[in-house]
Amino acid sequence: MSEPATDAEAETADSSVEQAAQQTPSGLPLRVDGLRKEFGGITAVDGVSFEVESGSLTGLIGPNGAGKSTTFNCITGVHEPTAGDVYLNGEAITGLAPYEIAQRGLVRTFQIARELPEMTVLENLMLAPKGQQGESALRSVLPGLRGGVVEQEEQLRERAWETLEFFEIDHLATEYAGSLSGGQRKLLEMARALMTDPEVVLLDEPLAGVNPTLEEKLLARIDDLRAEGYTFLLVEHDMDVIMNHCEHIIVMHQGQVLAEGGAEEIRTNDRVIEAYLGEDL
Amino acid sequence: MSDATAPDDTIPESSPDSALAAVLAAAKRSDFGLVVLTLGLIYIGATLLTFTDGLNSVVGLLRTLTFLGLVYALSALALNLHWGYTGLFNIGVAGFMAVAVYTMGIVVRSPDPAFGPPGFGLPLPVGIVAGMAMASLFGLVAALPALRLRADYFAIVTLGISEIIRLALQSSTFDTALRETLGVGTGGGRGMGMPQNPVRGLFLVDGRAGDPTALGAAVFGTLGEGGLGISNNILIGWGYIIVLAVFVVAFYVLLERLGRSPFGRMLKAIREDELVADSLGKNVDLIKIKVFMIGCALMGLAGILWFGSQGNVSPSPQFEPILTFYIFVAVIIGGSGSNTGSVLGGIVFAAVLFEGPRRVGAVLRDTIDAPTPPTFGDAVAAADPVGLLAYATDNIAPLQFVLLGMVLIFIMHRRPQGLLGDRIETAAAVDLTRREGGERDE
Repeated sequence: MSEPATDAEAETADSSVEQAAQQTPSGLPLRVDGLRKEFGGITAVDGVSFEVESGSLTGLIGPNGAGKSTTFNCITGVHEPTAGDVYLNGEAITGLAPYEIAQRGLVRTFQIARELPEMTVLENLMLAPKGQQGESALRSVLPGLRGGVVEQEEQLRERAWETLEFFEIDHLATEYAGSLSGGQRKLLEMARALMTDPEVVLLDEPLAGVNPTLEEKLLARIDDLRAEGYTFLLVEHDMDVIMNHCEHIIVMHQGQVLAEGGAEEIRTNDRVIEAYLGEDL
Repeated sequence: MSDATAPDDTIPESSPDSALAAVLAAAKRSDFGLVVLTLGLIYIGATLLTFTDGLNSVVGLLRTLTFLGLVYALSALALNLHWGYTGLFNIGVAGFMAVAVYTMGIVVRSPDPAFGPPGFGLPLPVGIVAGMAMASLFGLVAALPALRLRADYFAIVTLGISEIIRLALQSSTFDTALRETLGVGTGGGRGMGMPQNPVRGLFLVDGRAGDPTALGAAVFGTLGEGGLGISNNILIGWGYIIVLAVFVVAFYVLLERLGRSPFGRMLKAIREDELVADSLGKNVDLIKIKVFMIGCALMGLAGILWFGSQGNVSPSPQFEPILTFYIFVAVIIGGSGSNTGSVLGGIVFAAVLFEGPRRVGAVLRDTIDAPTPPTFGDAVAAADPVGLLAYATDNIAPLQFVLLGMVLIFIMHRRPQGLLGDRIETAAAVDLTRREGGERDE
C-alpha cells in the first residue's frame, strides 16, 4: 500500500489534502452530536457527543450495556437515532442507509468476522471498491462496454493483491474465505474495509478472539495506516489495548459519555474507576 | 463456453483404461463436451428403447427429449440467476412464465379471430418483447414489498403471486372484464391458442401442411416422407430445436457475463451476507430488484419459447406450481450457482426423470404378457413379480413421483451441491488465479 494503485485512490489522496487544508472543527472526520437512541421505553444512548480527530486512533470503551454498540450502529446507519446528529467531514450523515454512509467514506468491520464464505479471499476484497463500472448489469454484459470493465478489474485485482500482501494473507488469495481461521478472517475484514477507500474505519472489537501475536500484527498495521492518514474509531473490551494504543479514549457508561481524554487522564479518573469497580486499570 | 480452463479435480490424472474412458475424460474437461456427452448418452438410451419401432419413432422420441431438455435448461438458467447467484428463493416461476406467455398471446393474436379470445394483432417480436417486459414488471411489483422480507416469507409471496396470476387467467370474470375494457381476452379456463410458430413458416407456406417452401421441400424430400420417412412435423420440430439451442447458448453467455463481473460479485455477496454488502456501500435493495426483474424477463422468454410454441395454453395444468417445482429440481440436480450445471440439470431432469420413466414404462408394459392387477394391494398380495411389474408400468405416472422423491433425497444426502455445484465460478471479469499480465477473457 506504499503507492496509490488506482486513479480512484490517487483522487481521494488529493481530496484529503484539500480537506486537511480547510479543516475547521466542523470538518473533523467524524463528529457525533447529542446522539440519542430509544428502544421503546429504554434509552440505550442518552445524548452522546464526541469528536474523532483526523489520523487518530480513538478508543470507545465501557462496560457491557454502556451503549457502545448502539452508538456504533447509529453512526453506521444500522439504527436511526431518535435524536442527535452524526457528521462525516462536516456533512450530516444522520439517518442515511448503511450503504450510503459507506459510500461517503465511513466503513465498519464486524465484531464477529463476517467473511463471505463461498467467495474467494480475492473476490471478498474486489467486492468492496467504490465506483466499479461493472456494477452496472448492462456494462458487464454489452460487448462494447465490457472492455472498460475488464481493464478496471485488472487494476482492482492488483490493488487487492497489494492489500493482501500488506496484511500478509496473500498466500490465501484464491482460498474460499470460509476456510480461513478466525484470526485470518479478522485480517480479511480489515483488508476488505480498506478496499473501499474509507476515510474513517470503525472497528468493532477487532481483537476479540485473536491471539497475542496476531494482535500485535493487527495493531502494527493500524499504526501504518494511520501514518497514511486513515482515521480509526475502535470499540474494544480489552483495556490494555485501549490504554496502550489509543491517544484519545471515550468512556461510556449507561448510555452517556462518562469521561474523555488521554490514557493517563482516564486511568486516574475517579468516575471511570467507580464505573469499572474492581477492574484494574 | 469460456471456462474450459477451470480446474476440475474430479478428473483422475492417471491414464485412462480404455478409449471410451478417454473420450469421457476429454468431454468432462469442457463444459460444452459435458453437455454433448450427456445428450449423447440420453440419445443412445432412447434409441435402444425404440429402435424396433423404426426411424420415425426414434427421431420423434429424440425430438421430444431434446425439446424438453432445452426448455428446462432455459428455465433453470433463468432460475439460477435468482436462486443460484443471488439466493432469492423465487417459487413463483410458473406465474411469471404465464404472464409472459399470455401477454405475448394477447399482443399477437388477431383482433378478430375465428375462435378464441381476440388480441391486438401486432407482430410476433413485439409480442415477445411485451411478454418479457410484462413478466419483468410483475417481478418489480412482487419485489418491491417482498424483498424486505426474510427469505422464507419472500418465497411465500412469490408463490402467492404465481397462484394469483394463474387463477386470474383462469377466471372468466377477468376475461370478460378485459374484453369490455381493452377488447382483448384471455380465454379463461378454455385457454388461448398461441400464434403460429415462425419456424413452421420456414418449412411450410403459411404453415399449411402439404404446401412446403423451398427449404421445406428440400428437407422433406431427403429426410422426410420423400426420403428417410421421418414425419414432416418431427422435422419441423427439429428445426425449432435449433432455435431453442441458440437461445440456450445466448442465455448461458448472458448469465456467464453477468456472473463474471462486479455485478455478479455483488449478487454473490448478497447471497452470502446481505449486511456485509450493505456495509461496503452496495445498494442491496436496488440490486435485488434489478436482478429479480432481469430473471423474471428471462423466465418470461423461456416460457414463451416453451409454451408459446405449443399451440394452445391454459392456466391449468400448464402453469401450476408443480412447474416451478420441476424447474427447481433441475437447478438442484445441476448444482445451483453453476450455469453449465443448470443446462445439464435441465436436460437430465427432462429426459431421465420426467419423460424417461413414462417411455421406459410403456415399452416394458408392452413386453409383459399379463393382465394388470386392479389395485396395488392385489398386485402385492398375489406375490407375483410379473403382476407387480405390470401394475407398476401401467401406473408409471404416479410412481414417477416416488422416483423423483428418491432421487432428490439421494442428491441431498450424497451430493447436496448438485452435479456441478462444487465448481469454483469466479465472480470477476479477470482470471483471479494469476496476478498480472493475465489474459483477458474477451
